[in-house]
Amino acid sequence: MTGTLPETLPDPLAEIVELFSSSPPRDRLELLLEYSQSLPPLPERYAAHPERLEPVPECQSPLFVATEVDAEGRVQLYFDAPAESPTTRGFAGIFHAGLDGLSAEQVLGVPPDLTTRLSLNEVVSPLRLRGAVALLSRVQRQVREQTS
Amino acid sequence: MAIPNDPDPKLAQYAHPDKLVTTAWLAEHLDDPGLVVVESDEDILLYETGHIPGAVKVDWHTELNDPVTRDYLDAERFAELMRAKGIGRDTTVVFYGDKSNWWAAYALWVFSLFGHPDLRLLDGGRAKWEAEDRPMTTDAPAREPADYPVVERDDARIRAFRDDVLAHLGKPLVDVRSADEYTGRLLHMANYPQEGALRGGHIPGAKSVPWARAANEDGTFRSRAELEALYQDEIGLSGADDVVVYCRIGERSSHTWFALTHLLGYDRVRNYDGSWTEWGNTVRVPIEREIESE
Repeated sequence: MTGTLPETLPDPLAEIVELFSSSPPRDRLELLLEYSQSLPPLPERYAAHPERLEPVPECQSPLFVATEVDAEGRVQLYFDAPAESPTTRGFAGIFHAGLDGLSAEQVLGVPPDLTTRLSLNEVVSPLRLRGAVALLSRVQRQVREQTS
Repeated sequence: MAIPNDPDPKLAQYAHPDKLVTTAWLAEHLDDPGLVVVESDEDILLYETGHIPGAVKVDWHTELNDPVTRDYLDAERFAELMRAKGIGRDTTVVFYGDKSNWWAAYALWVFSLFGHPDLRLLDGGRAKWEAEDRPMTTDAPAREPADYPVVERDDARIRAFRDDVLAHLGKPLVDVRSADEYTGRLLHMANYPQEGALRGGHIPGAKSVPWARAANEDGTFRSRAELEALYQDEIGLSGADDVVVYCRIGERSSHTWFALTHLLGYDRVRNYDGSWTEWGNTVRVPIEREIESE
């Protein structure tokens, strides 16, 4: 791929990218499934108020996201996606594991070709990958709105 | 040995009752030798979270497409796939999946290109099976590889290509996408994906019947009378028509193809799998749309 600059990825995300890209295609789906299972449930303040989450209509199945930036500039991410949408949950799980707790600057610096770096093109359809890119851009927009 | 048809009275109303099975029937026949259940989902990880016991997975993205050319797998690859899944030429294949059998119908249509004799769809699909608390498992199915002959794909009967559609203009076309995709509005909505097409709208003369209108809330097909009201009374199709159906890449329209072909018994329905991702990107093909140009 042209234009990839792995050094710009924050460490937790870089580790996930390394894990995916070094695995055979079949195992990448298994990894995505594991990330779908590790996505934490919503805290009560969001579970009781789903309207506080932003929908991501680009995804083919329901997905909702909220981001918070605390006083130290750390980003917290909250995702909601149904169990019957494991692929969508998997992407949310990757973003959670790779970005939660990072600084706003680090989150804003994640390049939009992240899904290419995850080497999922062979195993996940283009429309789904576009959904994941859209999810990232919505997270970044929310962070930008809270820090500008 | 042929597997008998599901005698459920709901299925008897349809033109080809042998093409559908009910969840109750499948539950009774899961262990029948000569029957293989195939799960094909829009969400390609769903099978791994639990599936009907013994069911094998067919991944529409990685297993039914040619890896290089935009086309379906060829005869050799199809035979290999069938052998690996434990499906023989005389096997009864029952498809089910998520989203009201959207992708299951697609897989069934692709199998139909190879003329596999006995293909059936589980009415209501995965959601109905789960809603009825029927067994699900994450255990991998233990299927012996089967023999499968190399049978050439026959595209002419049920598949339309772009040039076929150009020659078909003026004859019945059904656009099964959402209303906003049909009118061309979708490309103009803020923050919405472009669905991989440069132009919005529909093929001239196409009538809009979003695919899901053929399904009930529980994912089962609507009754024959309801389907006739939809396709015959509402958009004026008849069984003698030469019909082309399309959507974005041919998956949603497989569901409509199934309804027209097997439930209403139309014998000349072709699915245009190039669909909007081809038509909406093709130079100088005619397009109609219902919104003002910017």
